[in-house]
Amino acid sequence: MTASRFLRHETILAVLVVIALIVLGAQSDKFFTLDNLLNQGRLMTEVGLIAIVMTFVIITGGIDLSVGSILGLSAILLGVFWKNLGLPLELAIFLALCVGTLAGFVNGIIITRFRFPPLIATLGTLALYRGMAEGISQARSVRGYPDWFYILGQGQSFGIPTQLWLLVFVAIVAAIILGTTTWGRATYAIGSNETAARFSGLRVDWVKIAIYSASGFAAALAAVIFVSRVSTTRSDMGTGIELDAITAVVLGGTSIFGGKGTIVGTMLGLILIQALKNGLSLAGVKSDGTIVLIGAVLILTILVSNVIYRGGTR
Amino acid sequence: MSVEAAPSLRPQRGALTRFVSAYGQEVVIACAIVLLFAVVSAINPRFLAPNNLNTIVSGNAYIAVAAIGMAMVIITGHIDVSVGALIGVLATISGTIAVSGAPVWLAWVVPIFVGMGVNAIVGALIAYGRIPSIVVTLGMLSILRGGLVSVTGGAWINNLPPEFLLAQQRLLGVPVPVWFMIILTIGAFLWMRYTAFGRSLYAIGGNAEAARAAGIPIERRIVQVFMIHGAFAGLATILFATQLKIIQSTVPPNLELTIITAAVIGGVSILGGTGTVIGSTLAAILFSAIGSALIFINVSAYWLRAVIGALILVTVLADMLRRNREMQGAGR
Repeated sequence: MTASRFLRHETILAVLVVIALIVLGAQSDKFFTLDNLLNQGRLMTEVGLIAIVMTFVIITGGIDLSVGSILGLSAILLGVFWKNLGLPLELAIFLALCVGTLAGFVNGIIITRFRFPPLIATLGTLALYRGMAEGISQARSVRGYPDWFYILGQGQSFGIPTQLWLLVFVAIVAAIILGTTTWGRATYAIGSNETAARFSGLRVDWVKIAIYSASGFAAALAAVIFVSRVSTTRSDMGTGIELDAITAVVLGGTSIFGGKGTIVGTMLGLILIQALKNGLSLAGVKSDGTIVLIGAVLILTILVSNVIYRGGTR
Repeated sequence: MSVEAAPSLRPQRGALTRFVSAYGQEVVIACAIVLLFAVVSAINPRFLAPNNLNTIVSGNAYIAVAAIGMAMVIITGHIDVSVGALIGVLATISGTIAVSGAPVWLAWVVPIFVGMGVNAIVGALIAYGRIPSIVVTLGMLSILRGGLVSVTGGAWINNLPPEFLLAQQRLLGVPVPVWFMIILTIGAFLWMRYTAFGRSLYAIGGNAEAARAAGIPIERRIVQVFMIHGAFAGLATILFATQLKIIQSTVPPNLELTIITAAVIGGVSILGGTGTVIGSTLAAILFSAIGSALIFINVSAYWLRAVIGALILVTVLADMLRRNREMQGAGR
């Protein structure tokens, strides 16, 4: 048992991260500068927030493909509430977060009340929410936000990019909830054996609805940060971010079948992906080449982990 | 739409009831298509112009063809999110061969074999590497998409020889893509329904352990299904790449989701084990009919995706309600 503990997926991943950092650091002296590292933290916040909640979703045995579309819809509505309806920006942000949470809540209702498989439900809402964003915006973008709004996406607090504080805070809270609370235990229980969880008196449907709502909230929060970082809203924002988030979660050792996974793993997966993207681009590899490598790393890590896991238990 | 009446149904009591319960989703979609045509042509008769009908049916034929392979993959209980990227890569390969001066048939045939080869690797990783299909194909999506752009640098392929443009040609007055769609759909439907190999796909998706106990070599079958799916991706590529005089060296955005959606709306259960390719083809036709209808009734095309999203939810809901009722009926 002790030997297999050291061979846990997170350990493999941590070693991979360290190797990647050393190799990438040797390629360029810009890589290990504080500025660069902080900037990378800024860039991974949006995917990170979504990936953290996605970890919960996947541990329950579900999946949420609609997060990118929720991001787009919340971003568009943020612009519409503020510019077209003339609401104060604070209120517009609050309403955008509400819309995102509501969108996630609707996913949860469709999945629990109507018994849709999560893949289908969120595939449907992926199209629906993105379509609403496109229909409402009619391909017009909103710009010209007040200066204070940019602090969130472009500014710093205590020498660290503002949104990085948020990411770290959310990660810690999520890790505590998943690791130590009854909500966390319920999440694992649902993913391991939903029927058993139901018979044990867990409020399975409520836990799921809460998790999908949280997923929508995280996507909306990412939308606000995204808008603040790039200074504009467009309806195609966040397209494909669901695949980035799922990649980080799965790379982090969360089983796609549910019941297994940690926030630490997800964060390591996230860091590995961002380090590869950044390090390779500093070393002169084009970003498209990096995408190839990330795909290969995803497949290989799971393959290696499978081989070791099977070797250790049988 | 009379295509689906073809399979011989045992003429027992209530043949119509049996037909509806066996092909419920296909019937629902066929009705939706008829309803859509009736309503839209009442508002704007030009919707029924031969030119427009041609665009509706042949423009989305490549999605219908790709959805056939996807339906097989989903019926065995797997999924492939990399097929859009694969079609993008195969289109570029096909176009590169076409402009190189090689015989045109080579440009049509090579993508089919490359598609089979790539998906043989995907299938082997899933079957023998025991990695979930969504993980393998997610990785493959990155590899293909990134690989395509880094090799081509995003350059477009121009000056395609006119004889290469198969999708623009007609046979007996019917556009070639429509022939492809009809023949491949019916062929695949009959093959899946009446051959041992085809039945084994349903068996694996329905209950893999039972299928194994029945002597079906599951691992080999999965690799084979993915190779067949790759061949259909290659066939879809031919129709896709020969539509226009240029080929963009990028992956069409969200193509994989459109293809999966066509299969699923067509009645292929995402849990595996049920569904037919006739449903997926009808769904592909329905998509393009909706897209065209929006234009004819003066709704901004920006709403298209919202409509399709709502449609997914409504059709799946209808299907689930129908199944629930049947299960309750069977319980009594």
